[in-house]
Amino acid sequence: MIPIDNYIWLSTVLFSIGVLGVLYRRNAIIIFACIELMLNAVNLLMVSFSNTLNDSRGQVFVFFIMAVAAAEVAVGLAILVMMYRKTKSVDIDILNRLKG
Amino acid sequence: MTLYLFYFLSFVAILSALLVVFSKSPIHSILYLIITFFSIAGHYVLQNAQFLAAVHIIVYAGAIMVLFLYVIMLLNLNKETEPHKTNLAKMAAVICAGSMMVVLVASLKGASYLVAKPGNEIGLVKNLGKVLFNEFLLPFELSSILLLAAMVGVVMVGKQDHRTQILTNTPTTEANKTE
Repeated sequence: MIPIDNYIWLSTVLFSIGVLGVLYRRNAIIIFACIELMLNAVNLLMVSFSNTLNDSRGQVFVFFIMAVAAAEVAVGLAILVMMYRKTKSVDIDILNRLKG
Repeated sequence: MTLYLFYFLSFVAILSALLVVFSKSPIHSILYLIITFFSIAGHYVLQNAQFLAAVHIIVYAGAIMVLFLYVIMLLNLNKETEPHKTNLAKMAAVICAGSMMVVLVASLKGASYLVAKPGNEIGLVKNLGKVLFNEFLLPFELSSILLLAAMVGVVMVGKQDHRTQILTNTPTTEANKTE
């Protein structure tokens, strides 16, 4: 049995890489990919805690997170495609124009 | 043996996650993200969560990643000429992410005192289904409504807006007439 500390380290590193990607890149699609990475880090941590405590509810939460992530990606990519139609770019800094 | 497998999968996951952030082409980023997801599915199998591993591969590698690749290819974004942030902003991003990692590790460090309970049956479909359809029946139904709402929303957002098209076309036709 792998100690839970290892999984805490792994998912913390993955989550931080996701945060780094959101802050580092300007391409909106890569930012979406990094958000997915963060969601997966949280999922991994939740599965490992559920395995350690022998409680199924953690895995059910992971199931719900997957459903929400699927919906989020679909809506987000649709918004991105529409933004690309208007501005011919997926640069996140162009969205500065949205401010009032 | 299991521990070596854990280290191998973690290495693959972290390396490909870093490559997601740092590779130049968006297509390569998404392909590295697929590798990350597969290694996370391997971690699920290591933790006796077989059902979640299968669902993870089906949903992420099968649906979400195809959606990403489809959008990138549809928008023809496979160029390496995209604008990058300034070096100062990049350094600030690295510092922010690193300090956040330090804080998270420090706050989660005490969890190793948790007493592990024996048993490795909870990841099977039978036990998960019992919990999902008894205790979490209402959230399960609500998530189906969420997916339906997302589908309708995507269709509404992604549709070409005919009204704005007419509005943008009208001045050019009038200009043509005056010419």
